[in-house]
Amino acid sequence: MKVFWNSFITGPLLGVFWALIVATAVAVLLSFVTGAAFRPGLSGCLILGALAGLAALEIRAGWILVAGLSALAVALSYTGISPIHVSGDADLGAHLMAGIGFALALGWPMSVILHGCPRGPLTRHEWEEAVIRFLTGFGYIFFTAAVAIPFYVMVMTSLKTQGELIANPLDFTIDLSRGWELFRSYDELFRNFNFGSYLWTSFYISILTVLITLAFSIPGAYAVARLRFKGQKALSRSILLIYMVPMIVLALPIYIAFSMTGLRNSIAGIVMIYPVTTIPVALYMLQGYFRGLPAEVEEAGLMDGLSRLQVIWKITLPLSLPALASVSLYVFMIAWNEFLLAFMLLDDPSKFTLTRGIASLNSSEIPRQHLMAGAVIATVPVMALFLGLEKFMTRGLTAGSVKG
Amino acid sequence: MMTTAIPPKGTGPLARREARLAWGLLFPTLASVMLVVILPLLAIFWISFKPVDLADLRAAAPMVREDLRDADEAAPYIRYRIRNSSQTDPISDIVLSDMIPDGVELLEVPEGCVLQARALTCRFDLLDPGGRLTLELPVAVPGDIEAAEIAIEADQPAISGAAENVLTSGEFTLENFAELFDAREFWTVIGATLFYTVFGTFGALIVGLFAALLLNKEFRGQGVLRGLYLFPYVAPVIAVAFSWIILFDPFSGSVNALLIQMGVTDDAINFFGERPLALIMVTVFEIWRYFPLSFLFILARMQSIDTDMYEAADVDGASPFQKFRYLSLPMLMGILSVLFLLRFIWTFNKFDDIFLLTGGNAGTRTLTVNVYEQAFALSNIGAGAAVAVVILICLLCFSWFFFRFMSKEEGL
Repeated sequence: MKVFWNSFITGPLLGVFWALIVATAVAVLLSFVTGAAFRPGLSGCLILGALAGLAALEIRAGWILVAGLSALAVALSYTGISPIHVSGDADLGAHLMAGIGFALALGWPMSVILHGCPRGPLTRHEWEEAVIRFLTGFGYIFFTAAVAIPFYVMVMTSLKTQGELIANPLDFTIDLSRGWELFRSYDELFRNFNFGSYLWTSFYISILTVLITLAFSIPGAYAVARLRFKGQKALSRSILLIYMVPMIVLALPIYIAFSMTGLRNSIAGIVMIYPVTTIPVALYMLQGYFRGLPAEVEEAGLMDGLSRLQVIWKITLPLSLPALASVSLYVFMIAWNEFLLAFMLLDDPSKFTLTRGIASLNSSEIPRQHLMAGAVIATVPVMALFLGLEKFMTRGLTAGSVKG
Repeated sequence: MMTTAIPPKGTGPLARREARLAWGLLFPTLASVMLVVILPLLAIFWISFKPVDLADLRAAAPMVREDLRDADEAAPYIRYRIRNSSQTDPISDIVLSDMIPDGVELLEVPEGCVLQARALTCRFDLLDPGGRLTLELPVAVPGDIEAAEIAIEADQPAISGAAENVLTSGEFTLENFAELFDAREFWTVIGATLFYTVFGTFGALIVGLFAALLLNKEFRGQGVLRGLYLFPYVAPVIAVAFSWIILFDPFSGSVNALLIQMGVTDDAINFFGERPLALIMVTVFEIWRYFPLSFLFILARMQSIDTDMYEAADVDGASPFQKFRYLSLPMLMGILSVLFLLRFIWTFNKFDDIFLLTGGNAGTRTLTVNVYEQAFALSNIGAGAAVAVVILICLLCFSWFFFRFMSKEEGL
């Protein structure tokens, strides 16, 4: 390892790796944004990456590095050893974009990565810190791309026409001149595929699930958290055990029972089943929160002559509003996203939930942009809720399980 | 005289009242869980020993049609035609009941039938599979015969019967299990399940740990990135699964177009249709979708670690990797092992992801997908239940393990 503790070795090595990463990233990004053909080139990355790694040790001003690399990258993009190959018929703009984009993404981060590294031998600290900065940068690019690309493709596909999709699957530019025509898939889903009704069904089923779950789990969680009785410990543990049972194993007998009692294909059946899948987790999250509340306040209430139920209603619940909010949000999300039970228990298109409705779009006769528009319709409400209330959400998810 | 204070023995009335209240508060939850979790679990064991098909779910039932015959002639009669809808099961204890409308007089009540005021009730012992029965009752119609005909045919007779249902009968078989273990694909299913579970769990944990390390510092945009990285977990599975299918489509998917353009491959790759690749892809999808969960928990734990420790380590001259290896990692071991156990079981249980991505084709059929495949695609409910029993036995082993660990770790 000690061989690498030298900035003249580590610098160019990190430079080459970084150049390969950003060349790929920039090429993919430009392909998606412009629809033209860009691809990373190995030899160009080797040369410019190594050069950037060395130069960053000498030139501490990032902008000079970027300017120099830009000139080189644009010039090289007309040769066979370009870091990013541009298709032959592309104009100057494409070359400039590829060259400058690459140089920006290479030069500036390299000067950050090698910040504080002297020329020549490095101490262990300096070397590790450079490597960590490199890995951090890679992590940001990797995770952002991995998460964003599927969602980006989902949204963009829903805005295209069949012809455009087949002509060039890489072209995600949007023809703004089409105006409202862009949203044709959405319009058709609501007009011809009954998505308005699916949306409404999903919405009120989710709300009902939240209400029923809270009605059941609040008293249960309070009992487990506060009251002393035999089996309390065992119970608070086995709550989680229920979550270990796979849904498909339960779905089979439920399907049989519902078929025989005529509950299949009914909203009532769905509303009976959904809360049971969410009660255990809600109970678990709430009891963790209730335990954290000061018992003295409740005892004071008891001394003043309130009954236990009044204590829950007048003291515990108002104190646990944040927990109730995050539990509600989480339960709403589970019910909204639920697919398996809706798929198995609902056959009648007039009673479909949104997820079941999207599943019915998955056939070769229905164009893909409709399917993706359906996916967007299902995703947007849950995302909006989540982004708006992210604090509650993350706190709720980790509640009780992590001791600080 | 001194009396020593002795602690009360047993439970006092106050404690009993508290326990009663607790069980009362828990009752709705326990009852619903009993009904929807425990009962189905018992049912699964029962069904797995039953030779039952999807078609058997509709029990044999008697059907009846009623009409007035020979209305124009001298001797009109009411005719009931009773039929057994099932070709396989007999129906016993059939009861037919009907109202004879006003203006129609029954001339004769046949054997087995009773007329009380205007309510006619007939009983029959047995109707063979696919069997038919016709009942003819001569009537006199003094008034308008057409009105009577309409009145007779307007109201439907009620009929009921008891049929033996294979689900409730005493018929048992080991066929389901025998077939399951004999099938050569069973071991491929087990293999796919193990691969998916082990790599999916470790992958999600490691990727989650890496993501948590990235975001475990304050900087502008940290909140935005954290929100973004949670997207795969929060979005509906159906939406993201279909996006992946479209992204990796062999004919018009962007990824294939990209790979071809970059010169990585000459021909389009069928990511979700080729044998080893499809299983790897569904595992990658699982990692992609669930790393946010481990990320969230690990990050929460990281942020609760005391910073003093790191300052002390700085003073002692520990390098960044050493600090991670000897300080952070041991502190995170608790949450990591809890997450591992939870994720292991949840990945093992996962159904919808694979079902939506490949439908269990191309070597991606895990045990849970096999339940659906057997029960619904092949319409053999019994075989599906047998697979479910195998799953439950595996889970029992896991949870035994789980409980042994949980008592030591974190106290989750």
